[in-house]
Amino acid sequence: MGNHVITATNLKKSFNGELVVKGIGLRVPRGGCFGLLGPNGAGKTTTLRMLLGQSPPTGGAIEVLGLAVPEQARRARQNIGVVPQLDNLDPDFTVAENLEVYAGFFNLGGDAIRKRTRELLKFVELNEKANTRISELSGGMKRRLSIARALVNEPELLVLDEPTTGLDPQVRHLIWARLRELKNTGTTLLLTTHFMEEAERLCDDIVIMDNGAILSQGHPRRLISRHVEPEVVEIYGDVYKLTRALMDTGSNRVEVAGETIYCFTDKPREIIQQIEDRSNIHYLHRPANLEDVFLRLTGRGLRET
Amino acid sequence: MTDWRLPQLRGGMFLVWRRNLLVWRKLVVPSLLLNFGEPFLYLLGLGFGLGHFIGELGGLPYVAFLATGIIASSSMNTATFEGLFSVYTRMVPQQTYEGMLATPLEVDDIVGGEMLWCATKGVISSSAILLVAFLLGAITHWQALLCIPLFFLTGLCFAGPAIMVSSFSRSYDFFNYYITLVMTPMFIFCGVFYPIASLPAVVQPIVQVLPLSHAIALIRPLASGQELVNVLFHLAVLSGFAFVGFWGAAILVRRRLIK
Repeated sequence: MGNHVITATNLKKSFNGELVVKGIGLRVPRGGCFGLLGPNGAGKTTTLRMLLGQSPPTGGAIEVLGLAVPEQARRARQNIGVVPQLDNLDPDFTVAENLEVYAGFFNLGGDAIRKRTRELLKFVELNEKANTRISELSGGMKRRLSIARALVNEPELLVLDEPTTGLDPQVRHLIWARLRELKNTGTTLLLTTHFMEEAERLCDDIVIMDNGAILSQGHPRRLISRHVEPEVVEIYGDVYKLTRALMDTGSNRVEVAGETIYCFTDKPREIIQQIEDRSNIHYLHRPANLEDVFLRLTGRGLRET
Repeated sequence: MTDWRLPQLRGGMFLVWRRNLLVWRKLVVPSLLLNFGEPFLYLLGLGFGLGHFIGELGGLPYVAFLATGIIASSSMNTATFEGLFSVYTRMVPQQTYEGMLATPLEVDDIVGGEMLWCATKGVISSSAILLVAFLLGAITHWQALLCIPLFFLTGLCFAGPAIMVSSFSRSYDFFNYYITLVMTPMFIFCGVFYPIASLPAVVQPIVQVLPLSHAIALIRPLASGQELVNVLFHLAVLSGFAFVGFWGAAILVRRRLIK
């Protein structure tokens, strides 16, 4: 096991003869937060399912917490917490009962679990809702409860599949704060997201996937410096006339998407000088971010799946 | 990629069973009302009403004949409905099994636990009717209590096929095929309301194959103090259905959940 909680080599998965994960390799170091990024249909969830032993791989080898998966997945899952993409809390139980019953599936129970339930509900700020029915919770509360539920077995590894999709900023920031706390206390986090701000804030190491293959891997800042120029000028307005002029400025990379021009550059002043005095043009000058890397690597085409 | 292996029996199935028991405990009053109320009306209305015209059937007062048939069929119906509607609800809209599969539980534990639970519900409902029949004087023998393990076996026998149907359903409406084409004919033809011997000779061998006939063949004489015949044969048929149903359900639920 050593320093890695997950090692996957040449991992493949095909559905009906179509290869959706194409021989990827993953090494998730112990501690810290590892991000799996990719557009819809990239193979993120399929990969997670294989790592958890919920989907037999078509090829390759997986080791999770030192155990071979899927053969010993049951034992591995004893020490893993999972926050699913779609909440599957048990509507037949109250908030607190959800945690206690779920602990039962890990063969845990008794006073220790009742105490842990109280602590976890406090941790996700749901202690006032202990006896509430699931149907009365908001989306954000349900997600927080899902996170608490995933921690009921004190997991070494917490797997989160798009943990903040569809949540308001308040809940998102609360969840990020809690995930950082977990990271600081030694829990390894593995999360999938297509929300770049989340990845940039939380992850120490990122893999960008598309079409079942890994496109790039590294620390968020490293990825930015590797794949895009340090600064971006976004220009909105009458872009057609401008595009050619900007392309001629040399070292810039210019992308046009609808009514917007994206200039990736290390000399933003030169671009701004050109457009500053033009009327009906607006611009935004900002540092390059992970989203730029993501779009550069996976393209701007829409994903329908 | 179908996984044909025999389902494994592990302690995890009791954790799944326990989860269902905890839910049932919260809804125990309306649930028992249904278990007691419906058969009470059946026995009162049909048993005494029709019984008035029929008198005796198969050596029993009609109300006792009907009661013993209803008792056996109730395990069938209860286990079936649990295996259809409740299992489907947990498998598809609620995604309860998805949550369970993120714990050390496996599909075999879920299927095993649901089978046990379907059979448990069968025991609860058949026992409730047994009590009602006893209070109405339709059943007078204490040996009727020996039927309880048979209720469990009958429940197991129908749980597997119902879970199999759930595992390839796309919606609740699909259950209508199974209920109309399989369950209702069994309820009507397998000797709940009249002896199988009164059916046309060509039909009898077909009806004799159906599991409910075997459940009734054991439960009716045992509950009414008559002599039991071919006990091992009937037990073997019921156990066979239970085993094949469990295996089939495990194969199909794996297909649905493990992709």
